[in-house]
Amino acid sequence: MLFRYLFILLILLPVKSFALIEVDITRGNLSPLPVAVSPLSIDEDSRNSFKKILKKENIGSEISAIVENNLKQSGLFNPLNKDAFLQKPDIANLKPRFEDWNLIKAQALITGKVTFVDEKLRVEFRLWDVLAGKEMMALAFTTVPSNWRRVGHIISDKVYERLTGENGYFDTRIIYVSEEGPKTNRIKKLAIMDQDGFNNKYLTLGNELVLTPRFSPTNQMVTYLSYFKNLPRVYLLDIETGMQEVVGDFPGMTFAPRFSPDGKKIIMSFAENGNSDIYTMDLENRIVERITNHPSIDTSPSFSPDGKQITFNSDRSKYQQIYIMDSNGKNVKRISFGNGLYGTPVWSPRGDLIAFTKLHKGKFYIGVMRTDGTGERLLTENFYQEAPSWSPNGRVLIFYRETKTNSKGEGFSAKLWSIDLTGYNEKMVTTETDASDPSWSSLLSN
Amino acid sequence: MNLSKILKNSLLILVASLVLTACATQKKTGQLQGDVYTGSDSVEYLASGVPDRVFFATNETVLTTASRETIRKQATWLRKNSGINVVLEGHADERGTREYNLALGERRANSAKDYLMTYGISSDRISVLSYGKERPVDSGSNPLAWSKNRRSVTVKAN
Repeated sequence: MLFRYLFILLILLPVKSFALIEVDITRGNLSPLPVAVSPLSIDEDSRNSFKKILKKENIGSEISAIVENNLKQSGLFNPLNKDAFLQKPDIANLKPRFEDWNLIKAQALITGKVTFVDEKLRVEFRLWDVLAGKEMMALAFTTVPSNWRRVGHIISDKVYERLTGENGYFDTRIIYVSEEGPKTNRIKKLAIMDQDGFNNKYLTLGNELVLTPRFSPTNQMVTYLSYFKNLPRVYLLDIETGMQEVVGDFPGMTFAPRFSPDGKKIIMSFAENGNSDIYTMDLENRIVERITNHPSIDTSPSFSPDGKQITFNSDRSKYQQIYIMDSNGKNVKRISFGNGLYGTPVWSPRGDLIAFTKLHKGKFYIGVMRTDGTGERLLTENFYQEAPSWSPNGRVLIFYRETKTNSKGEGFSAKLWSIDLTGYNEKMVTTETDASDPSWSSLLSN
Repeated sequence: MNLSKILKNSLLILVASLVLTACATQKKTGQLQGDVYTGSDSVEYLASGVPDRVFFATNETVLTTASRETIRKQATWLRKNSGINVVLEGHADERGTREYNLALGERRANSAKDYLMTYGISSDRISVLSYGKERPVDSGSNPLAWSKNRRSVTVKAN
């Protein structure tokens, strides 16, 4: 139910490609693009039908509010105040009066229409270049009404893609660990929510300690560490059915799991007699392979997006550093050489960068470096933060941070934060409870 | 003879004053030797005179002299109580990444296990469980709290 596929009928009105407005996302965007998100227009009958089904007064406005929020949160766009809009939504969608939109300094305009057709929600929307006075994109799709939030996210992704030339990341979910209670006896549950914090659901009850959930690239499965019966083991969970199973038959603790990019293997650490090494298990034939064999601690493995290499954390040079190796364990190479300790390496979905946590002089940093270790950039510094996870387009990192709740350094609160790859647009992600260990899904509508 | 007595006495005084200064500095830094916890806060006892836990330096997994003494006491007690099995619970402080700390906790508990085994305790009687930094005893964020949290605790399993 949760992951019912969204059937998108892309009725492609001809898309004209001009060299129109573009947003450069490779730099910290200090002047976000002013955009007007006109409420989606809706006829009286449709409005009443959706009101009955979804308990929302005006679903057109609700969907456009999602788009507006997504674009704003990205830091690349500046959605303008609706009070200044001169043109009515239905008229604007037919033929915008560009002078009016120009007057309020909008450079891009999003218009659209929602209708109730055969018990379904049909949305069409258009993206306009206000200065050029041209339509940039027009799309329509139909889905079950309960998918209305996803409709908002998909529109946001399409707009983002058209204006930045990169894939979007709005129609995605975050799996994380919800935390409650005192630090000495934290209750932790798996939780999942939309990328904007809505549709939050708890997946475990908190009876046992759970850590480090990670999404499969196929989105149906999650791998995580559970202390079920006080035996810390890597588990596989189908979020659609709730079925779960232990991964492999190891005589000791398995931890630090992640999927391979094709979703067919799980890579993780297995600890035995004080030594942690990296293993993979094939989920189809259940074959377990040992990837590293070294008396040091080898953990936090993460595949490159082509599956050919693995980055991991090892203390073979005495302290935690980041290494890369071929996926068969050959050609091990240390890549982190800066001051301090380095952990939690995660390969970017674009392949060119590795995100990490760095500990130096009592501070924790989230940073990125190239896969050969050059070009280290620290994005954010704090008392305690770790575990970055990439947005599927490799533009944004989500991580978690613990802060003290009073000036004496007592009490603490754990929250999810996101930051742009450029180091700009750092934001707290709102969650119902304290939260840690976030993992970003790939795009659901791919 | 007299001279050597005087020397001995002054040496004793010197030693005593050194010990006193050491005590004073230890108190100042809050029961730490280096950054290993040497106090008895949070320590429980498996039996009279048999402490249940040992402490570690930051990022370290080797046992200190004091830790080895504690584990020898545990071994003696376990030899006398041959029906009792134990779980060694390894922990780390919060100043590390979660996954690395799970491995570190496992390694600390295994340091304790290895030492118990060299004193004749069969590995069948010992299991190991790492909590990484998930179960601190002291929720503070200061060197003293961290030192109490870097530990391996011997817990009766039956």
